[in-house]
Amino acid sequence: MKRTVFAYPYIVWMLIFILAPMLLIVWYAFSKGGSFTLGNLITAFSDPVYMRVLLRSVWIALKATAICLLLGYPIAYLLSAMKKSTASLLYVLFIVPMWMNFLLRTYAWQVLLDKSGILNTLLAFLHLPAQNMLYTESAIMLGTVYNFLPFMILPIYTVLIKLDASLVEAAHDLGANGIITFFKVILPQSIPGIISGITMVFIPAITTFAISRLLGGGKFMLYGDLIENQFITLGKDAWPVGSALSFILLVLVLASMAVMRQAERNAGEEGGILW
Amino acid sequence: MVKKLWGFFKNTYLALMLLFLYAPILVLMVFSFNESKTMGNWTGFSLKWYQALLKDGTIMDALGVTLSVAVISAVVATVLGTLAAIGIHSMHKRRRAVVENISQLPMVNPDLVTGISFMMLFALLGLKGGYVRMLIAHITFNIPYVIFSVLPKLRQSSNQLYEAAMDLGCTPWTALRKVVIPDIMPGIVSGFILSFTLSLDDFVVSWFATSGIQNLSIYIYSIARRGISPKINALSAILFVAVITLLLIVNLKSIREEREAEKQAKKLRA
Repeated sequence: MKRTVFAYPYIVWMLIFILAPMLLIVWYAFSKGGSFTLGNLITAFSDPVYMRVLLRSVWIALKATAICLLLGYPIAYLLSAMKKSTASLLYVLFIVPMWMNFLLRTYAWQVLLDKSGILNTLLAFLHLPAQNMLYTESAIMLGTVYNFLPFMILPIYTVLIKLDASLVEAAHDLGANGIITFFKVILPQSIPGIISGITMVFIPAITTFAISRLLGGGKFMLYGDLIENQFITLGKDAWPVGSALSFILLVLVLASMAVMRQAERNAGEEGGILW
Repeated sequence: MVKKLWGFFKNTYLALMLLFLYAPILVLMVFSFNESKTMGNWTGFSLKWYQALLKDGTIMDALGVTLSVAVISAVVATVLGTLAAIGIHSMHKRRRAVVENISQLPMVNPDLVTGISFMMLFALLGLKGGYVRMLIAHITFNIPYVIFSVLPKLRQSSNQLYEAAMDLGCTPWTALRKVVIPDIMPGIVSGFILSFTLSLDDFVVSWFATSGIQNLSIYIYSIARRGISPKINALSAILFVAVITLLLIVNLKSIREEREAEKQAKKLRA
């Protein structure tokens, strides 16, 4: 008996529950009444509301990713330069929130930002006027950054602790000061970590939908909310356009992954020359 | 002087970032003991939200669903995934590439798209049971993680052991049980743990794939959408303490070992 037989139960499962559902999305996105059409895709692109939501999602995800990188890189760098046992402990502390259900992490900000919430009570205590913080676009941004920051720290830290310390010593011996060493030696070496960090933040950020509902109060739809709305609220009639929207999201995600992979390859090849 | 200032700056930055990450959770926990329903206003210590939580049948049902789906889906995914990995490992190049690429779909796909695709499939199949739907969805997104934790272990282990066992008269099943499985056990275990945690934490796929049944995530979302509820605070506090204790137990061991190693190294240098 050949060993490939062991895979057969899974292959049946895979065809029914992995491949078929994906084909369904493609089928609904490109058909109308059984014949091929681009109409659903055109609707998804030409509707001004859909377009605005798409652009807003990309923009928020980009901003959140940039902020995560700016906040997260220094954290990863400082940890990697510490004594190993201290660093491991702090690293665990920075990563633990990742293991908490993301709805609860988001909910925590709902509590903080609420009109009669803690931050406003604090403001009142300082005799400052209460602010409308919840249900704004900034609240969505904050929630996104808060949720995904550990995903940026994790890969960068992993790359930085593996960095060959003798390279840094060599740079110092050759007369480079701390700043030059950082930009010419450490930063270029950590690019693979930065790239996977960006991927790990940007992709979930662009596909999220619950964060915008809880912190944006449904006022600021993101692409994920739009898709959810098509399927949950509008029902079966909206499947074709909903599938087209999902298809666009999928292509967007795959394209950004391809870009990141290419960037990683380039960094690997010309890391030294680039900087 | 400059060095001291830099050191102070470094520590302050790290402390602020930890504060940013933990303050919301801590505030949530503190106010879960608040008597009043409004968060901004501390009226006195009370355990009443915890009592309400324990009495709430819906939450307990949701917890039951979450745990049972996590256990069952992780077990099924581990069995199917391990067998699949063993089969895939001995496939020819082209077929193997096809199966591996399709298997990566659930890992690459945004959860949202995975969830929606399940929703459409189950509707077309006329599958009504919410629990079965959730279970199938969880097994499906778990299997690839098992396969890709087991495959590297198979690559490290020798093919000849299995052949040898068969030559010595083992049936394929016995050879598998006695020779192959023990060799790849670490991969199987990490695949199982990964599956269990992914299932425990899942919200998006469950939200779309099932109807009429709630796991903890779906319950939290449906309550939080309507605003703040102290019961959710109490629930968060319990879950957070559970998670942090577990992680600290797992990690402290390795940290302590590192400390020991550092001490040893220092002694050697001295």
